[in-house]
Parts: sequence; C-alpha cells; structure tokens
Amino acid sequence: MISVRDVHVTFGRGTPLENRALRGLDLSVADGEFITVIGSNGAGKSTLLNVLSGDARAERGTVEVDGIDVTRWPTPKRASLIARVFQDPMAGTCERLTIEENMALAQARGRARGLGAALDKPRRALFRDKLAMLGLGLENRLGDSMGLLSGGQRQAVSLLMSTLAGTKTLLLDEHTAALDPRTAAFVLDLTRRIVDEQKLTALMVTHSMRDALDHGSRTVMLHEGKVVFDIAGERRKAMDVPDLLRLFKQVRGEELSDDSLLLS
Amino acid sequence: MSLIATLGAIEIGLVFALVALGVYITFRVLDFPDLTVDGTLPLGAAVAAAMIAGGVNPVFATLAAIVAGCLAGSVTAWLNIRFAILHLLAGILTMTALFSINLRVMGVPNIPLMNRPTVIDFFAWLNPLIAMTGLPGRPTLRVLALLIIVLVIGALLARFLKTEFGLAMRATGANPRMARAQGIRTDMHVYVGVALSNGLVALAGALFAQTAGFADVSIGTGTIIAGLAAVILGETIFRTKSIVVAIFSCLIGAIAYRLAIALALNAGWLGLRASDLNLVTAVLVGIALMLPGVANPLRSLFKRSAP
Ligand SMILES: Nc1ncnc2c1ncn2[C@@H]1O[C@H](COP(=O)(O)OP(=O)(O)O)[C@@H](O)[C@H]1O
Ligand SMILES: [Mg+2]
Repeated sequence: MISVRDVHVTFGRGTPLENRALRGLDLSVADGEFITVIGSNGAGKSTLLNVLSGDARAERGTVEVDGIDVTRWPTPKRASLIARVFQDPMAGTCERLTIEENMALAQARGRARGLGAALDKPRRALFRDKLAMLGLGLENRLGDSMGLLSGGQRQAVSLLMSTLAGTKTLLLDEHTAALDPRTAAFVLDLTRRIVDEQKLTALMVTHSMRDALDHGSRTVMLHEGKVVFDIAGERRKAMDVPDLLRLFKQVRGEELSDDSLLLS
Repeated sequence: MSLIATLGAIEIGLVFALVALGVYITFRVLDFPDLTVDGTLPLGAAVAAAMIAGGVNPVFATLAAIVAGCLAGSVTAWLNIRFAILHLLAGILTMTALFSINLRVMGVPNIPLMNRPTVIDFFAWLNPLIAMTGLPGRPTLRVLALLIIVLVIGALLARFLKTEFGLAMRATGANPRMARAQGIRTDMHVYVGVALSNGLVALAGALFAQTAGFADVSIGTGTIIAGLAAVILGETIFRTKSIVVAIFSCLIGAIAYRLAIALALNAGWLGLRASDLNLVTAVLVGIALMLPGVANPLRSLFKRSAP
C-alpha cells in the first residue's frame, strides 16, 4: 500500500534554475494494485518514484508505505519495504560483480549484513532455480560478471533481484525504454508474471500508451508535478490509445483550471 | 645484487604489500582515491616507535598504531561524507594535518629503535629453522615474520570481502545508487573501508619502524604512488578479477616492485642514487599508466569530478 499526500519537491530552490518537479501530488495505491504512470517529459514521473524510494526528499507532504510514514527515511532504510528497477540497465546492477553476487546483494535487502559468507551452496542453488525461470540460460553463468550481460538480460536479472527479499512494493521507471522491441516485450511479460505471482503492489512508468493500457489495472497521468487523470475499471477498459492520446493532448494543450472537468 | 640487499628489498616489499592492500581497498574496492596514506604510514611508525621507546609492549604499540590509522582514515571519510569535500582534497587535508601530528607524537623528527623489543621477537621460534638453511639470521627472520603477518592479513581481507558486509562494501564502490536501493548504508561502508585501509597502512608504518629500526617523520613521502605501483604491477602480472587473486597480486606486485627498484638502484651504469627512489617510482607508475590495456587507476581520480 502506498499513500502520497500533497507532496512537493523543488530542485534548485532559490536559484534561477528552480524547478518545481512535484507540486502537491496525491496518489493512493491499494495493496496488490498495479498502476501504470504516463506523462510527458519532465512531468515528474521519475521524481515521484524517487520520492517513494527516498532518492528525492519531499519538502512538504507525506509518503506512507504499508501504513508506515517513511517521509523522512533515507533510501537504504526504505529498501526493506520497496524494490526498484531503473531505466538504465547499468544502474540497477553492479557490472563489476558477478551475477550471483548481485543476487546475494538483493537477497539481503532490508536485513543486517554481517560477517557470514555472502554466498553458500543453498543460496547458489536458489539463484540457479530463479534464473532458470527466465529461460535465458543464465543459470549456468552464476559466476560471470554482470557486465557481460546484454541490456535485456540485465533488466531481467534486475526484476528477479527485486523479488528475492520478499518486498511487496515494486517501482519500475521506464525499465524497458532502453531495450529493443522484442526484448522489451519479453521483459514486460516477465514483469507481469512476477507482479501477478508475488501479488506485488507496483508502479510502472512507461512512455508507451499501449503498454500503459495493456498492463495493470489503473493508469495515472502526471503533468507539471500533479496527477491530472486517473482512470480504472470499465472506463479504462473501454479506452484505446487514441482516447488516451486525446486526454493527453487536452491536458497539455490548454491550461486546465479544473481537473474534474476531465474526469466527468 | 647481494643476498642481504635482496632480503632487504623483499622485506620492504612485504611492508609495502600492506600499503598495497590499503590502496586496493580505497582505489579499487571503494572507488575512493584516498591520499591520506602519505600521512598514515609515518603516523603508524610514529605511534609504534614512541610507545615502544616509552617501554610499551610492541604488540600493544602496533595495535595502537592501527587504531590511530583507522581514526585518521575516518577523518578523511568524515570530511568527504559530512561536508561533501572532494575525496582527493579530504585526503590531502588529513595528510597535511598528520605531518604536524606525527611530529607531536614523536616529539623529535627521528626515533631510533635499535635493541628495543619488537613484534619480530615473537617469531624467534623460527630461528632454529633459519639456522638450518644457513641464511643470514636476523634479516631472514624479519622477512619470514613479515611474510607470515602479510599472508594472514591478506587471507583475512579476502575472506572479509566475501562476507555479506564486504560484498556490500564492494557494491558501495561499484554502484552506490544501486547499493542504497538494496538497503546498503553506503556512508557507513565508506567510513569502515577508508578506516580499514588507513589502519592497514598504519600497520605497515608500525612494522617499518620495527624492522628498519627507526621512525622518521619523512618516511611517508610517495607512499600513495608506491602503493599504486604495487597494485598496478600486480594487476599487470595477474589479469583476473577474482578477489583472492587480486589480493595475492597486490602482495606479489609490492615485492616485485621493490626488487625492481633495488635492481635499478644497484645497476651502477644507471648512475642512480637511493634519493632517486621517488623519481624512479613516479616514472615507472607514469609509464604503467600510459600503457594501453592496463587498468588505469588515475581514471577513477577524475571520474567522479563530473556531475
Ligand atoms: N536531480 C535533479 N536536479 C534538478 N532537476 C531535476 C532533477 N531531477 C529531475 N529534475 C527536473 O524535475 C523535473 C521532473 O523530472 P522527472 O521527474 O525526471 O520527469 P519525468 O521522469 O516525468 O520525465 C524536470 O524538469 C527535471 O529537469
Ligand atoms: Mg523519467
């Protein structure tokens, strides 16, 4: 469960480059809900995920995850509640470390890391099983360095890593944007499988209207740091990409004085 | 080169193997180019020598030197983390302060330790073995004692880097944003890593004082470059990235480097003097960095200055 209330984030406050990335954003996500997030460049999508993960700080408003107020928590502390896959395949893993070392890092998310061995037989067996589910042959390459993998393989492993510690909230920031169409489709499919199987609460940012409608159960659009529409249920089912684009244009084209106009 | 000179080169190489391990932790594991060590090596020597000269048990004196080195490293990490001072500058600040502190610790610029008890005495049980080989007693004992210490510490470090805590430290250096997203407190790992690195270098200083028989405020100059030279040389000899091999290659690199220096200084036709050591080191490291294909540690010095 996620609850973001009246959150404001400003970059470079008091400088000529002052940028109000989030301007009183509200969003509630129920347990097990899979929300897709759209919006033009600079709308604040990544900042929203950063404010959830702790990479950006809310200067006003509150952020709750699983009923806990985490507004003041630093990123590492929030990792016990939240897992994340980045847009850049390089960002979510350590290329200098091996596949199994990356997985061991993720498996220990949210627990104390002591002086026990990071890798042992049972863990390697578990990682091998998990990797086998990807069907990419990575189960035989546990000791290969992460840097040897392709972007798609790395995103697939990143997704797998996000599930190892049993956290229930998953943040995905255009995690297929850097991939070719076929690989992107594979990673999206894997995302859906993982979210379903583990009953995760997920927020997925995407630049593809098609993907936004095809995945999850609810779609929100951000514009200038706020949620400008939020569709679900029958209304969303009836929508196709052109409808969504029309909504998108309406919001961007004219300065809306009242968001409810859109939703009525 | 004479046997005594060779043993002497190996001895100093073993001392610098510990420096190389320290440099490996900061430059390679943490990606935190730390220049504090030019001050930490003489700090370790100063603390150990002052305490031994004052009648303290050499083991305690050596442990105190390690603690002092860890503290110095923590100051550098603190300057960098708490005040966002560039790591290079933070290290230079601490190093500069240490030059004064070291003089305070010693009281005089040079403390001789001739005929004082040292940690080497605890290895006297090796003497009968050495006697059987016919090698010169005292120098051989020093080499063997240092070898044992260095191997034990190298093994402990390799083990440490394979623990959950050590792996988290490696992730901190390799990809700090990812590390934080995985729940790793990267600041804490930088503190521990830089402290550990400087603790190792201070230990090298303490052992230097006890094997060379003196501590001097000036012994620190060029420590960082000598440590880097050992790391680079080791990496050039062994080209794999596994932790155990990397640590072993630091040790071999340090010894090979000292032997090469000794040979160069020994070759009369080159016309080099002992005081040319830093010049020779700088030229060698410079050449190593120019070579293609050699992992370039100076790259990491500049990498982080970009936003
Ligand atoms: N770290 C930052 N420093 C300064 N400005 C930033 C930073 N991150 C994002 N911004 C700005 O905040 C706005 C929202 O950015 P972002 O959330 O990344 O948008 P989106 O992901 O929707 O494209 C943009 O104008 C961007 O330039
Ligand atoms: Mg973005």
